[in-house]
Amino acid sequence: MSGWLAAAGGNSPSIPAPHIEYGQLSPMLIVFGAALLGVLAEAFLPRRARYGAQLTIALLGLAASFGAVVVLAAQGHATTEAGLLAMGAVAIDGPALFLQGLIVLSAAVAVLTYAERRLEPRLNGNAVDAFAPQGAAVPGSEQEREATRAGFASTEVFPLTLFAVGGMLLFPAANDLLTMFVALEVFSLPLYLLCALARRRRLLSQEAAVKYFLLGAFASAFFLFGTALLYGYAGTVSLGGIADVVSGVAQVTPALAGSTQNDALLLIGLAMISVGLLFKVGAVPFHSWTPDVYQGAPTPVTGFMAAATKTAAFGAFLRLFYVAFPGLRWDWRPVMWGVAILTMVVGAVLAVTQQDVKRLLAYSSIAHAGFILTGVIASNKQGIGAVLFYLAAYSFVTLGAFAVVTLVRDSKGEATHLSSWAGLGRRSPLLAAVFALFLLAFAGIPLTSGFTGKFAVFQAAAAGGATPLVIVGVLSSAVAAFFYIRVIVLMFFSDPRPGGPAVAVPSVLTRTAIAIGVLVTLVLGLAPQYFLDLATSASVFTR
Amino acid sequence: MNSLIPLLVAAPLLGATLLLLGGRLFDRYGHWLGTALAATSFGLGLALFSDMLGRDAEHRSVSQYLYTWIEVGDFKADVAFQLDQLSVTFVLLITGVGTLIHIYSMGYMAHDPRRRRFFAYLNLFLAAMLLLVLADNYLLLYAGWEGVGLASYLLIGFWQHKPSAAVAAKKAFLVNRVGDLGLSIAIMLMFVEFGDFTFSGVFGAADQASEGKLTAIALMLLLAACGKSAQVPLQSWLGDAMEGPTPVSALIHAATMVTAGVYLITRSSVIFNLAPDAQTVVVVVGAVTLLFGAIVGCAKDDIKKALAGSTMSQIGYMVLAAGLGPIGYAFAIMHLVTHGFFKAGLFLGAGSVMHGMNDEVNMRHYGGLRKYMPVTFVTFGLGYLAIIGFPGLSGFFSKDQIIEAAFAKGGTEGWILGVCTLVGAAVTAFYMTRVMLLTFFGEKRWQTDDEGHEPHPHESPAVMTLPMVVLAFGSVFAGGLFAWNESFVDWLEPVTGLAHGDSPLNATTVTLLTSVCVLAGVLLSWLMYGRSSVPVVPPVGSLLTRAARRDLLQDDFNHAVLVRPGSALAASLVYLDSKAVDGFVNGLAAAIGGISGRLRRIQTGYVRTYALSMFGGTLVLVATTLLMRSV
Repeated sequence: MSGWLAAAGGNSPSIPAPHIEYGQLSPMLIVFGAALLGVLAEAFLPRRARYGAQLTIALLGLAASFGAVVVLAAQGHATTEAGLLAMGAVAIDGPALFLQGLIVLSAAVAVLTYAERRLEPRLNGNAVDAFAPQGAAVPGSEQEREATRAGFASTEVFPLTLFAVGGMLLFPAANDLLTMFVALEVFSLPLYLLCALARRRRLLSQEAAVKYFLLGAFASAFFLFGTALLYGYAGTVSLGGIADVVSGVAQVTPALAGSTQNDALLLIGLAMISVGLLFKVGAVPFHSWTPDVYQGAPTPVTGFMAAATKTAAFGAFLRLFYVAFPGLRWDWRPVMWGVAILTMVVGAVLAVTQQDVKRLLAYSSIAHAGFILTGVIASNKQGIGAVLFYLAAYSFVTLGAFAVVTLVRDSKGEATHLSSWAGLGRRSPLLAAVFALFLLAFAGIPLTSGFTGKFAVFQAAAAGGATPLVIVGVLSSAVAAFFYIRVIVLMFFSDPRPGGPAVAVPSVLTRTAIAIGVLVTLVLGLAPQYFLDLATSASVFTR
Repeated sequence: MNSLIPLLVAAPLLGATLLLLGGRLFDRYGHWLGTALAATSFGLGLALFSDMLGRDAEHRSVSQYLYTWIEVGDFKADVAFQLDQLSVTFVLLITGVGTLIHIYSMGYMAHDPRRRRFFAYLNLFLAAMLLLVLADNYLLLYAGWEGVGLASYLLIGFWQHKPSAAVAAKKAFLVNRVGDLGLSIAIMLMFVEFGDFTFSGVFGAADQASEGKLTAIALMLLLAACGKSAQVPLQSWLGDAMEGPTPVSALIHAATMVTAGVYLITRSSVIFNLAPDAQTVVVVVGAVTLLFGAIVGCAKDDIKKALAGSTMSQIGYMVLAAGLGPIGYAFAIMHLVTHGFFKAGLFLGAGSVMHGMNDEVNMRHYGGLRKYMPVTFVTFGLGYLAIIGFPGLSGFFSKDQIIEAAFAKGGTEGWILGVCTLVGAAVTAFYMTRVMLLTFFGEKRWQTDDEGHEPHPHESPAVMTLPMVVLAFGSVFAGGLFAWNESFVDWLEPVTGLAHGDSPLNATTVTLLTSVCVLAGVLLSWLMYGRSSVPVVPPVGSLLTRAARRDLLQDDFNHAVLVRPGSALAASLVYLDSKAVDGFVNGLAAAIGGISGRLRRIQTGYVRTYALSMFGGTLVLVATTLLMRSV
């Protein structure tokens, strides 16, 4: 009470303005600025001009943000100049810059697929995209039919995506638990909305969004509760501060001495924060939203979520465990072992019986989350580099694969049931070959990026003493290879179904997205050394 | 000048690439391109040869590093070439005879719809063969070794629409694989023993290795040589390889590729010299093959198969000579070169005869052709005189030297080998006289072919006879030129070394004995085929004749000893695979599918279930985290 009065009473008359390093925060600031600009464009530009303007703003914003990341890295902020910004709320270091660059690039590829307007039939003379004509209209209502007939389009998706990207950029860079939580919400909320905006099968899409939102809120609550418990333990929410208390370097404020340094608070807090993050990466048993949401969301959004959310969430995961809890390695490692094994096995086994391409890829993403977790558990520098590389490899394969999914269509929209993919290799050999390449990369076949990534994380895990985990990982990979290759067999060695889906001819936007996916997959598979070195050199966290 | 060495290989390789990838673009002029590039290679070979002549003996061996091929840890393989007296000899033989056969093929294959492809394969063969003889390490040599095997396979099966050609190609490939395995094992042994497989590295360190290891390496090299050079026990493919177009038989299966085994042994002389047991095996293989081939050659009615038997036998001479060590290497190579001339000439002559006789190969359906094909008759005849060792011609000098060297081996061994070679010379004279008499002399026994065409034998066009004439010159003069002042032996001495054994018989005696044997062979043949008329349908013949017609039962032997047990093993493995392995795999797959189907039911689609599972998961997570601390 007295302390509070003293603070208010005027012993220190002015609150010192926090020091903000705008230049080093510029990747995030540019994206948020572009998002705000997008909101203004949505409000003031005439309907016809919005699409072009939004696409330009989004791509330019992302390009400028990537440029800022590159400049910061060139200035040495990833290595020698790494440090804390904004009064210790944000860290800028190798992993942060690597992941920010990766997220921005993935987002740019995803934006290309968002903007595709060649696939849906033209309405009222307007080319339309994969998103609902009017997000607020009730599915099946007269209002929706009118909006559809008028050929409206939801160009709001571009600023929404930019907001999400901004949050994702902050997430792996956040250096205290509250900033991390704010970033989590900043990128989650736009994603919930985006999930609900599918043009076709809107009920499924809205159901997915509601599920995602409810479960996401549930997971956020765990995260927040965990934050509170950790504050109770350490008297600070800063990651470095928590680590200091754990290791006994720092003395806590005497006022809090009664409640702090209670190990139960620490361990329960750790577990609950983990739940929040494991939900986002889609680890078992917090994965159940993944197939439903991946299936219901508009496919370009699914690709974006699968790539960028996973990258951001694993970035935060790494920072949390390597900066705040390195001293608790013996407490969190056994639990994470269990989660990783469960995730790999359940993801791979459940994918075996899936009949829908998007659900198949959802379970595959669960299995991959397990593989990446093995790299996290390695708890060595090699492991961080391997996880960074794996995320880069996985992001582009995923984006490419979902971009291909948007192209296989029948009269009802995308034909995602596997039976309609039979014989695709005969009708569109090029597309089927590209998809086959992505599947082989998912399966981790040599000469693709997937192999290099998997090899890197398994090697790191083995070096970190997690050999049993590697064995389970390899066995799950074998199970996973089955369902990937089953799709290839289906595409190339089955007879096409009469009246099956047609492959739509996309515009240059989707072509570019797929081409980037193929290129990255091959380059990271054939000549990975430069990128492995880059990821390794970016694998030191600052405190 | 040395930088020209890679171009020797590059020129025909370029030809093969252009002709294969260029497609129809080259259909009309491709054969000119292929021939021109072969000739370019020959020109380069001549230039390098004259350059080498300008240097004194110690400085003649040069090497040219091109690039590092593979580098993994201690394992380093370069693409580097070595041009010395031995390899330049081969280069000139390969490119010289190769160019002539390219020219001949322009006539022989003029009407074949896949002519471009044929020339592409010929060029591919030249490139691979040149790589084989120019490599400065065993691994690169192996690449060339496999390359010639591939080219041989493609060319034997060139008329793939004929099942017999396709089967023959497959047989040649498979039998060669056995030999290739030997070479690869030899290279691995070298790497394990010496940490290196360059010629200089291996030969430099060879005297520090134990004799047992060297013997093992040498025997594996011999296995490789047996496969490529059709020596017993891997001889069975050569006769069938005659299914390929005749220019191929002349170039690959007579003059060059089949002699690669002799090259390998001679090149590895350092290893063989240090492994006397292996050398004994080499001479035994050579002696057995020289008699085996000769006997088979006597019984064949197919002109090309008779010549194939002869090739086998003559290479047996070379291998025998190479097995004798420094007293024989140079003569092995000398016989190889002269054989290259006269055997290529004989095959081209045979091709010319077939060309004029509606592709008939059965000599019992020839007869009296000398009047109709005078140029072929004369050139073939000169080749014939050369191979039987008619005094003054090429074969006389080279074969005589080998017989002398065989005696010079000394002791009982020398006597046995000497007698073998003498008998071989007599049998050679017998079967070659038989070929000559059946083809060009006696009454006409011509038959109409299956489609009812009467044969109208005629001389082949100049583009075919010209190479035959050039080769006939070689058959006549090469031996004398080489023997003059022992020039050839001196030329090779820095590479192969040279020693003179102590022969129990002096040179004149050997020459006389040889001449007597040859004369006996010719006479016997004349008595059987020249004086009396030849039946069109072959008589039943003695047991030996019948066995020889079936290649001395080689295929029956292989079938009984290798194929049948092999099939049985394969069948039992298939059984094991389908029952045990597949059973396990399928069972596992079914189990996983079943588990997957059960687990799927948890995914109900209800948010409440999902939330509950998350809650449960959190409880477990928290509980285990706490538990971990208390444990």
